[in-house]
Amino acid sequence: MGVIPWVSWYALRRYSAYPLGSMAEAVTNSFFGVVRAGIVIALWHARPGLGGYDTADAVTYSFLTQSLIGPVQIFGGMELAQRIRSGDVAIDLHRPVNLQAWWLADDVGRAVSTLALRGLPPMLVGGLFFTMRLPGPGEAAAFTVSVALAVLLSFALRYLITLSQFWTHDERGVQAVTLVLSLFLSGMIVPLVAFPEPLGALARALPCSGLIQVPADVFLGRRAGGALLSGLAFQAGWAAALLAAGGLLTRAAERRLEAQGG
Amino acid sequence: MTDVTKTFTLRRRTRGRLRRERTTLDAVDGVSFTVPRGEFLGYLGPNGAGKSTTIKMLTGILTPTSGRVRVAGLDPSRSRTALARRIGVVFGQRTTLWWDLPLKDSLTLVRRLYRVEETAYRARLAELTALLELEPFLATPVRQLSLGQRMRGDLAAALLHGPELLVLDEPTIGLDVVSKATVRGFLARLNAERGTTILLTTHDLGDIERLCRRVLIIDHGRTAFDGDLAALRRTAGADRQLVVELAAPGPPVELDGVPVTDVEGPRQTLRLPDGANAASVVAALAARYEIRDIALRETGIEEIIARLYRGDR
Repeated sequence: MGVIPWVSWYALRRYSAYPLGSMAEAVTNSFFGVVRAGIVIALWHARPGLGGYDTADAVTYSFLTQSLIGPVQIFGGMELAQRIRSGDVAIDLHRPVNLQAWWLADDVGRAVSTLALRGLPPMLVGGLFFTMRLPGPGEAAAFTVSVALAVLLSFALRYLITLSQFWTHDERGVQAVTLVLSLFLSGMIVPLVAFPEPLGALARALPCSGLIQVPADVFLGRRAGGALLSGLAFQAGWAAALLAAGGLLTRAAERRLEAQGG
Repeated sequence: MTDVTKTFTLRRRTRGRLRRERTTLDAVDGVSFTVPRGEFLGYLGPNGAGKSTTIKMLTGILTPTSGRVRVAGLDPSRSRTALARRIGVVFGQRTTLWWDLPLKDSLTLVRRLYRVEETAYRARLAELTALLELEPFLATPVRQLSLGQRMRGDLAAALLHGPELLVLDEPTIGLDVVSKATVRGFLARLNAERGTTILLTTHDLGDIERLCRRVLIIDHGRTAFDGDLAALRRTAGADRQLVVELAAPGPPVELDGVPVTDVEGPRQTLRLPDGANAASVVAALAARYEIRDIALRETGIEEIIARLYRGDR
């Protein structure tokens, strides 16, 4: 067996090394879930059936997407970015493993760890204090696949942004722009179904919607049969395309490389 | 099959680009050297001389702008992965270890990374644990290790796959005297007993004097010196210093061909030119002056290297 599964396993362990920190983040995520639930209840009270969601759907959406913040790292960034800035990437490049594969494996471990530590609390809080829509076993299984694809897609996007640093020397500018875009276009702030057309259609066609909106719709049972398959294919297709772009960019970066510092 | 003579030949010129202004900087400018198998080479130069750049080209992380690099018969930038399996690298200011996990876990991951056989791994780990005294902190998370412990852990990680060549970029930086001694002793044994070729950059001249049979100094990207320590001393001019303490303070002593470089009360420092006979100088001095004490000092290696860096030879 190659080293890659081990990288994921060790990443899972190292990201689980500080459970107290993860708990604090879970509390924050849950708190904002309550705030968002309050807002959507008011909104759906004023506009019942907005975007085809009822109030329970919208409340569930709020808590569910709070649970996904960690696993899909919706606020962006990755450890590799700091390593490029500090020059520690030299160590990554010396390893006899593809840079992208190594960090993808690391990110999978991170996602599993955060899903385990930070995924449940917001849903529990939502279930305790609000009326929520919970999926059946089939929807739950499809949701698991969709979250896995969302993690891949999230990595693919963040990796591209991170590697841009080899050219810009500092990814914080790109990071700031993409943060706003991804929060907005993924459906994290407002469900994309509630966007006015044609903005909603555009947002649903862009890769960010595969991070939040698609998995949430799968969870809510709003995608079944062909719509479910097309949703998963949408995520997988974008993930594959962006990972391939990341692969090309990795090779370009290695040729271009100007290791900063030291 | 790779070349059996194991000769590393480098001939290259690199240009790093400064931001925006399109000036070019020759970090390494036409440096050539060959390191035979089993060599222990000290690679010196002032900050910014191009040492780290050279190492990054040797390991394939950077591609030379021009020239030819061969390490163990491979072109590093083209065969980076294949080469990584045959060489070990330690960047003294960085770590390959996983910060939040016990040292042992990082070493296990390195075993997976380099696909080291279980039995070979056990044997090497036992040997490295004994030589580097890792036992007390194998189970400690890396973030809790002292710098000296971390460096020993990094050395072990770089050697688990039994590399033929070990490249060390400032391995003793920031270490206390005891840790330095452990690391130096270990490197000396590795080179002597295993025949591992070692290339070491450092600013610590103790490393050089204790370990390196050969010294290569670069400055402004060019080779300033290449040879052994004795040759280095000769290159810089082997003048010595004679410190005499007279009975009373006075004007500088007058002696043909032996200039006084410093007067501090009754203590005067004289520069003995290359080839001067210290005994006859002392005898001539004693005949004319009343001398309380006398000391002869070799010019330190530090001074010699400082002169090379400054460019006055």
